Amino acid sequence: MSAAPSDSAGYYRRMQAAVEELLILKGIVTPAEVQRQVDAMDARSYKRGAQMVARAWCDPAYKARMLAGGSAAAEELGLEVGPLRLIVVENTARVHNVIVCTLCSCYPRMLLGIPPEWYKSRAYRSRVVRAPRAVLAEFGTVLPDDVELRVHDSTADMRYMVLPLRPRGTDGWDEARLAALVTRDSLIGVARLPDQG
Amino acid sequence: MRGVHDMGGLPAGRCERDEHEYERWEKRVDALMMLLSAQDRDLMKVDELRRNIESLGADAYDRMGYYERWMHAIAQTLIQRGVITIDELGRKLAEQEARDERA
Repeated sequence: MSAAPSDSAGYYRRMQAAVEELLILKGIVTPAEVQRQVDAMDARSYKRGAQMVARAWCDPAYKARMLAGGSAAAEELGLEVGPLRLIVVENTARVHNVIVCTLCSCYPRMLLGIPPEWYKSRAYRSRVVRAPRAVLAEFGTVLPDDVELRVHDSTADMRYMVLPLRPRGTDGWDEARLAALVTRDSLIGVARLPDQG
Repeated sequence: MRGVHDMGGLPAGRCERDEHEYERWEKRVDALMMLLSAQDRDLMKVDELRRNIESLGADAYDRMGYYERWMHAIAQTLIQRGVITIDELGRKLAEQEARDERA
């Protein structure tokens, strides 16, 4: 097989069906297993990452463990992360973090779901490491000049997630209410969370 | 030589905030990758996914969608490992095409 023919969407949709059928015929996978995988992926969303963030905001000991080892901290909340190494990077008043995978599309998908289209785009992958402030501005996030911006380039074996700054005006909020404030884009680092009240 | 996938720092256009709802077949590509790479099967490594994507020509890489590249790499890996043959795949693809035409 060489390059895709012009009707590429239909071609690869048919190839998926063809390969799935062959694997079923050979007894390598069952239709039920494929469906279970699809359902499991549909169930994963950034709400899982948000749950970790809310816990970290409420529990300094948990936050310390999360910054020391993201995978163990996820597992502590019953969240599956697989064999990958997860590194959580903390935003502060002085430091803002953003994640990318310049080489492909590595993303903490077990905690955030499948990455958005733009995360995998040439524009984002090429430019966020060269002109991160400009890229963030394209997402509507303008960082003050005195805030240091750190860009983290993921690999197939090592994924990052951002711990956003806890919004002001949320003293005394419980974890569920805090978790509801956390957006996917804040966990990637292209957005900051607005202060409340 | 810099590979086509190695684009960090290169000039590129403005970031557009595309959000794409994945189609059923795209989710099933993802599912196949997860199942094939699971430890109990061990029929595919993430490195094989990447190698087969990164060896695409520059035109194909840019033209193909994300899960199109994945599907290409999965099929290539299964052929390279001898799990399926090109002939088998060709026959199944022809069957799929015939089904599409009847639909």
